[in-house]
Amino acid sequence: MNWESWQAFWAMGGYGLYVWGSFGMTLLCLAAEIGLLRRHRRQVWRRLKRMKTWDAQ
Amino acid sequence: MNLYHYASPSTFYPWAGKLIPWFAALALILAAAGLYIGFFVAPTDFQQGEGYRIIFIHVPAAWMSMFIYVVMAFWSAIGLAFNTRQSFVMARALAPTGAMFTFVALWTGALWGKPMWGAWWVWDARLTSELILLFLYVGVMALQAAIDDPRRADRAGALLNLVGVINVPVIYFSVKWWNTLHQGASVSLTRAPSMAQTMLWGMLIMALAAWMYTIAVTLVRARTLTLERERQSEWVRARLEGQP
Amino acid sequence: MLRFLFTVIRRDVLLAARRRGDWLTAQFFFVIVVSMFPLGIGPEPAMLRSIGPGVVWVAALLASLLSLDRLFADDYRDGSLEQAMLSPCPMALLTLGKAIAHWVINGIPLLLIAPLLGIQFNLPAAALWILVLSLAIGTPILSLLGSIGAALTLGLRGGGALVTLLIMPLYVPALIFGAGAVEGVLSGSGSEAHLSLLGAFLVLSLLLAPWVSAMALKVSVE
Repeated sequence: MNWESWQAFWAMGGYGLYVWGSFGMTLLCLAAEIGLLRRHRRQVWRRLKRMKTWDAQ
Repeated sequence: MNLYHYASPSTFYPWAGKLIPWFAALALILAAAGLYIGFFVAPTDFQQGEGYRIIFIHVPAAWMSMFIYVVMAFWSAIGLAFNTRQSFVMARALAPTGAMFTFVALWTGALWGKPMWGAWWVWDARLTSELILLFLYVGVMALQAAIDDPRRADRAGALLNLVGVINVPVIYFSVKWWNTLHQGASVSLTRAPSMAQTMLWGMLIMALAAWMYTIAVTLVRARTLTLERERQSEWVRARLEGQP
Repeated sequence: MLRFLFTVIRRDVLLAARRRGDWLTAQFFFVIVVSMFPLGIGPEPAMLRSIGPGVVWVAALLASLLSLDRLFADDYRDGSLEQAMLSPCPMALLTLGKAIAHWVINGIPLLLIAPLLGIQFNLPAAALWILVLSLAIGTPILSLLGSIGAALTLGLRGGGALVTLLIMPLYVPALIFGAGAVEGVLSGSGSEAHLSLLGAFLVLSLLLAPWVSAMALKVSVE
């Protein structure tokens, strides 16, 4: 399936708003999930390291 | 293979760590393939034009949302039956991803429905069931968030999850019934465009991509949860030693 | 064993009878919530008739849910719940008894008030009768499912809202069949199918809910 041009691709036959609105939100959700996951992991590491230094004292 | 071996947090943690990159890579490759098929191979639909391409996200997301809930219930059952902590960790790790896919299914369902049938929200059986599924996910997560004691939170969430999973077929049946009574000759988002082979393949590959993504993300979340819970144990302290 | 069940029911009903304020509040809540809808939507009779069954049903749910989080909480706080759990009688009988008592205290009054509210929504006599019948089957389901929610959330902050969040999705089939039965009468398509399905859901709840609720109590109290 070929698209005549990039414009045609982005326009999606007039449905551009809906198609890209869908894919965009999905990407947003995936990015948010991964971002939150990394932040949570960083927070846990930091807290554990802090607790370790408290124990050592 | 002794399954209890992987039930031990200290074994689970490094093993999961090794698996994550593989599943992440698989997810990316499959997503690239699926999107390629979805945008460049699958033909334009006769009735719906280009707008139907949303199904390459909507349907896999809906499938995953239901699949994850069942897998959660599996881990909940194992946890309650064998009292293995890691089973509960897996169930808790799956919930946010399941809720996310449910939300995506609802959002994309609305965006698909608007140009096709003129309304942002159609109370058809599938979408309404997805909405209730979102409530079920939120319920489990809210319950676990409200309980401070991790053991009680694990078990309460697991029990609620199991009650939900038993009720899901009843809910789905009742919603379908409700829908046919009220809709009459109206439309249904469940009637997807008559499937060309390529469309089906695109959806299946995207579903597989979503599955691989789910496994990767769930393992990451499970590892972080495990670290937190096992913070007093030797192996976590040993890992911390290796950090400045 | 049956005596244990009756003791549980009798005790709860007696306690509630002494504190009339609680269940009266729930009944007034029911009436007020139902009255809010015409105020919010408009008094047009035909429209009210079409939304009436749904509105009365949802309001009945909410009124019932109001009191659910206290189902086990009072006994938990004064220690009598743990005493009951130590007894040799099966916990499922305790939870069943509590659910039945909850229905007697909260559900039955709803059944008596519902027809009056149905009249406010211009429901004809046949529909009023089915409304009461459907609620008579539906409210015990709510008490049973609600006991699971009450057991899971025992002692937690968040109270009634949390129980509602947990139980409402599970309750959807009862709402659909119950309100649908009344709508069936209004539209002439009959209500037998709805009522039979509702009845089946009740049987399912009776068989499973006390047992699940007992498991939930063990999880919460340990």
